[in-house]
Amino acid sequence: MDRIDRRGFMECMAWAGTGLVWVSTGGVLSSRVIAPAAAAEATPGRFSFVQISDTHIGFKGQANGDPTATLQQVVDRVNALQPAPAFVLHTGDQTHGQQAGAFDTVAEILKGVKTERIFYVPGEHDVFLDGGKEYLGRYGKGTVGGRGWQSFDFKGSHFVGLVNVLKYKGEGMGALGEDQIEWLERDLAPLSPSTPVVVFSHVPLWAVYPQWGWTTEDAGRALVHLKRFSSVTVLNGHIHQVLQKVEGNVRFHTAMSTAFPQPAPGTAPAPGPMKIAEADARRMIGVTEVTYVPGQHPLAVVDSTLG
Amino acid sequence: MKIVAGVIVAALLTVAHVGAASSVAVGIEEFKFTPPVLAVPVGTTVTWINHDEEPHTITSANGAFGSTGLSHEDTFAQTFIRPGRYEYFCALHPHMKAIVIVK
Repeated sequence: MDRIDRRGFMECMAWAGTGLVWVSTGGVLSSRVIAPAAAAEATPGRFSFVQISDTHIGFKGQANGDPTATLQQVVDRVNALQPAPAFVLHTGDQTHGQQAGAFDTVAEILKGVKTERIFYVPGEHDVFLDGGKEYLGRYGKGTVGGRGWQSFDFKGSHFVGLVNVLKYKGEGMGALGEDQIEWLERDLAPLSPSTPVVVFSHVPLWAVYPQWGWTTEDAGRALVHLKRFSSVTVLNGHIHQVLQKVEGNVRFHTAMSTAFPQPAPGTAPAPGPMKIAEADARRMIGVTEVTYVPGQHPLAVVDSTLG
Repeated sequence: MKIVAGVIVAALLTVAHVGAASSVAVGIEEFKFTPPVLAVPVGTTVTWINHDEEPHTITSANGAFGSTGLSHEDTFAQTFIRPGRYEYFCALHPHMKAIVIVK
């Protein structure tokens, strides 16, 4: 039996019930974990948007007995932001293994978000059963060829949503594929190098931990097209924890899940849901501060909790 | 008891040989198929059971067979009626790979 009391739930929320709010000032993004007071100030040209990720509706386990409730709490926090975020990015794994009705539940809850628009990219949980048929049926409209990837401009910044979960192959990494990389090159071509670019996708576009499939096989071939820009921010989900890396002009970030945490890279036998024991909650919070060094690229872990 | 025998043999020899069996179990735990290499006679039914909270699939590399997502403690069974090497993986976690060798 799950033993969820208020204290346990709130401690769990410190892990799970969070989203990131991004504030853009002159194309330089800064992030903080959402709190009601965290709001963009009314400076001209400044705007904020929110990233939520890995809502995993349909999951039921020790790590979270009710991901619907934690998602609702995130929505309430987003709605407390002043001013409201310009838009929201959902970086995938809306559902837990495409469980029946899960997409409907997510759509229903996210209807309550006070924002202009929500942009989506799929996670592997959203597409693995049917090759993306249901996901693209819902969210493919307006994307390139109905295949899920897209770009848009907002207040001088260029946003690109990429799909890297429909071509899982090799050792189980994400992959973008030739068509999408060619499209990206064409999409970026007209932009001046001073245009701030934000790229979002589900699986990290950097080698967080390839042994667990936490990387995108052909990301390098996409990133090469971003080299000439002075400010590039890459936002990902998938790994259910906040990690950050800066490489040249590119800042990589991963977001927390709204449902359950996963272990830091290499600290567990497998990347499954982390079971949070009440007594361990404080120690578990510290886990996100683990620094993992893949080869020559040190990763710096940044913020991870509500408080 | 056949399940236990299969797991022990796998641990000792890497390849689990099951003789004259009609039914064999493969466990899924901590993102691993156990045993990862299973040899069985023609006619054997292999049953997978997912002990993880994370869903997994049994997906044949050449499309010969496949499950949908197995939730915690869900099972999937496949009977092998032709000899061959049947590689499979988890569609959600493709680094999870294993093989059934049917003789």
